[in-house]
Amino acid sequence: MKRLGNAVIAALVLLLGRRRPRTEEETRILPEQPPNARAELAVLALFGLSSLAALGFVAAYAFKPSTQLLGLALGLALIFFAAALIVVARKLVPTEELAESYPPEEHQRDEEIIAEYVAEAGSGITRRRFFKLGLLGATGALGLAILTPAVSFGPLFRVGNFLATPWRRGRRLVDENGRPYTAADIEENDFYLAFPEGTNDEEKDQLAASLVLVRLPVDQLQLPSELKGYDANGIVAYSRICTHAGCAITLYRAPLFQPDEPRPALVCPCHYSTFDPATGGTVTFGPAGRDLPMLPIYADSAGYLRAKGNFDGPVGPSWWGVRIWPAQPERSQP
Amino acid sequence: MITRRTVSWIDKRTASAPFLKKAMRYVFPDHWSFLLGEVALYCFVILVMTGIYLTFFFVDSTKEVVYHGSYVPLQGQRMSEAYESVVNLSLQTRAGLLIRQTHHWAANVFVASIVLHLFRVFFTGAYRKPRELTYILGVTMLMLVLLEAYIGYSIVDDLMSGMGLVIGYSVGLSIPFVGENLMNWLFGGPFPGGTALWPRMYIAHVLVFPILIGLLLGAHLALVAMRHHTQFKTTPKQTEKTVVGVPMWPGQTPRSIGLALGTAGVLFLLGGLVEINPVWLWGPFHTYSSTNGAQPDWYLGWLIGGLRLMPSVDVVIDGYTLVPNPFWGGVAFPLVVFGFLYFWPWIERRFTRDVAFHNLLDRPRDAPVRTGVGVGMIAWITLVFLAGGADRVFVLFGIDYAAQITVYRVIVFVLPIVFGVVAWRICTELQAGERVLLDRRSAEVEARAVRPDGADVTEAP
Amino acid sequence: MRRVVVLAVVLPLIAAGPAAAASGTLTQPLERQGYHLYGQYCARCHSTGLGPSLDGVGAVSADFYLRMGYMPLAQLGEQPTHRNTPLLSDPQIRALVAYIASFGGPAIPQPQPALGNLSQGQALFTEHCAGCHQIVAQGGYVTGALPPPLDRVNATEIAEAVRIGPYVMPKFTEKAISDTELNSIVRYVEYTQHPDHPGGAGLDFLGPVPEGLVTWFVAIPLLLVLCLFVGRRLSA
Repeated sequence: MKRLGNAVIAALVLLLGRRRPRTEEETRILPEQPPNARAELAVLALFGLSSLAALGFVAAYAFKPSTQLLGLALGLALIFFAAALIVVARKLVPTEELAESYPPEEHQRDEEIIAEYVAEAGSGITRRRFFKLGLLGATGALGLAILTPAVSFGPLFRVGNFLATPWRRGRRLVDENGRPYTAADIEENDFYLAFPEGTNDEEKDQLAASLVLVRLPVDQLQLPSELKGYDANGIVAYSRICTHAGCAITLYRAPLFQPDEPRPALVCPCHYSTFDPATGGTVTFGPAGRDLPMLPIYADSAGYLRAKGNFDGPVGPSWWGVRIWPAQPERSQP
Repeated sequence: MITRRTVSWIDKRTASAPFLKKAMRYVFPDHWSFLLGEVALYCFVILVMTGIYLTFFFVDSTKEVVYHGSYVPLQGQRMSEAYESVVNLSLQTRAGLLIRQTHHWAANVFVASIVLHLFRVFFTGAYRKPRELTYILGVTMLMLVLLEAYIGYSIVDDLMSGMGLVIGYSVGLSIPFVGENLMNWLFGGPFPGGTALWPRMYIAHVLVFPILIGLLLGAHLALVAMRHHTQFKTTPKQTEKTVVGVPMWPGQTPRSIGLALGTAGVLFLLGGLVEINPVWLWGPFHTYSSTNGAQPDWYLGWLIGGLRLMPSVDVVIDGYTLVPNPFWGGVAFPLVVFGFLYFWPWIERRFTRDVAFHNLLDRPRDAPVRTGVGVGMIAWITLVFLAGGADRVFVLFGIDYAAQITVYRVIVFVLPIVFGVVAWRICTELQAGERVLLDRRSAEVEARAVRPDGADVTEAP
Repeated sequence: MRRVVVLAVVLPLIAAGPAAAASGTLTQPLERQGYHLYGQYCARCHSTGLGPSLDGVGAVSADFYLRMGYMPLAQLGEQPTHRNTPLLSDPQIRALVAYIASFGGPAIPQPQPALGNLSQGQALFTEHCAGCHQIVAQGGYVTGALPPPLDRVNATEIAEAVRIGPYVMPKFTEKAISDTELNSIVRYVEYTQHPDHPGGAGLDFLGPVPEGLVTWFVAIPLLLVLCLFVGRRLSA
């Protein structure tokens, strides 16, 4: 066994380790680079380390595939290889500094010839202007035709569904599991996620579907006159989607001790638009440009919370031309 | 012998020996800052390679599934197939997380190296005639890369990426005249869009944008090669007519490959050792969920800053919205920045009336106005960027958020001018200092020439 | 920093209100000790209307505020906005808690996170808590206040906070979050204190901000060094 090993090493040394006699050619093209034994050794060592690390990557993959081990092995394999090449560049290959002319600013003669080619090719065409017009027109029309199928991406001119909401008069408010909310479920200082009853998981993701519910003491409500009757005895329902950039309002600032602490507020975590639930969702801080849409609700005789109608404004982020309709005062109780 | 035979084989099939002979001696001017663009190129290569691997595991569907994978805190939760596939490839596929994290780090470093490359090109005047076209292609690539990276961040469909997507949707929606039609068209309906949205974003991310970027990159490199690289004047040999540097072979080849492998090494080390975007922790996205502290990747931080700095204003006339708020920070601001980048070569030319060919680069001090304008622009964007992180500053250092925003609203307009003027002033002072040195040297030379005995002036009493 | 306790000098007269009325009936020595501590540290605000009345807030509130060091306040007019090392010793806290509890109100909750479901906890935390405290409980910002990170809180403190709703935090009753659900939430919060990070060094689980910092202050400097190395002039 040992003799076999020795034989292999001897063969390797014979085959690979033999120092090649430098073939001194009569006329070198590149400048000569003096041999540098130490750099050569360093490069060999780096190649060896790189191979070890690369094989280590394979071994790690097979036996202990932790991301750290894999990353370390592959990263080091690459870094050692890079280091070897940088040593090669700086110590082993001929060092030269070449000077070369930049290309001329222009090739006037060639430019003229090209222009002539173009001009002479068209000399047989007599009605030039019409030809150009025709060519341009056909190209444009063809381009238009090629682009037309892209219209199928989405209905380009039928966009009324931006205002669609699943809320209808009488529709019950339910929680994420579909359990209907009663007025008694909604407590002060807490906030609730609500959906229209009967929506499936996909419909729950429509921007107009989700609500944030909070209860405020009735004497603290300062709803403007057109929003009178939107609350169900202190329970107010707002769209959960911020009117600025469409993130979900999942922050409720609910002061424990009103005299000293900031007022109740609904806040969006993306750009910190802050809305006052007591005054109909008016913006009190942050970039939102309009109030949070409010959904008029009531509690039915069994105590279930139901929508009285639709929001008092468009839900979610605004767009050019969207009309901020004036809120319709709601009749007090159906 | 083998080499000779290989070359001969290739030449006989391609007739390329004359071209190769010339190409191997193509000259690379020598300066470390010229390598920034190369780093960006290698990041792109790594992004494509790791990205191809990821496509074998990613599922481009928002179809709802119930998670039953190995990550306990999400078991039994409803999520999209897309998110599930990313969680699984991260936590259950061998080496999957390494490749994904390396992909993400490469994206972050890619944009950073492009930006540094842009700074080098800007402050040295490398965009001047005859290289305006190269520059324009570069700026276009930067824009495409930002979009590409944003889509990549979005298709994972975790809580953070979903919040990013709805913000992007709102920004698109805010574009006057076309916003509603455009977003309806792209998303296949109002947010969260139709079922085709994910396949669309996916194919945009893995095919359309990479190919566009690749094509522009090819043109960018071809233009560089055709006009040759610019150079600094450090020796008398380097002139507007003569380029001096290291030949592609044998000097530059090992250096460039070394740089490529080194870049890959740094990225894989980061990918293995430093966690990036641990999506399994964020949970699935629903339009009615959100989290505090959600931020975009750094290269879009300037836009979130712009969005947060805007005061609460929608332009509304008679109940009809004209310009919704996100337009200013999300559309107008980047339009101004990219408009500046696109038109700067021509703006500068209008003032300097410099229509000459430039193969030699300026040092930043050689063009004080350009340097001042550039520093001012960088300060402006950086300040808006910092405003985007004001909430984290409040959390870490206790400086009130609302107060910070108020201060930022003022200093984003004041400080850039201050920084610009200071930079301009430093440049002119440096120039003046050099002139003094030059004058003294020439005076010394003159003095030596005047003295008939030829004695060294420095030794004169 | 040693806090100035303005409240140490207290006129016995101030200890009016429900607290004083109940004082005659105190039977336990612990409660009596608590009564004196109350007069020393709490009465100045809580018996005068400067602060909320403690009638019926129960042991849960007293225990939470005192143990987390939110109370007593260092100065009049301050708000209990951040956690501090508790000013009172453990026996003092127990006495005060016993005294406050003697007016009735909820007891200290006893969450059992081991009985909770981690996945349910994650979902509930997303719905009720992540908006302010961040999805991995790293803390955040809400206009006018700083919801704290939850990296140093124990199960009881989490449960107490959920039930009380201290400062501007919402208050979740058993109707909104049942005790079983609370166990799950507590279990999830405990998980966020030591999450696995298969990806390597966790960057505070904040996402892009620290990642951007690593990009610019680790990756880019490394690559610049590499560029300087590679790009160094070959010939002098």
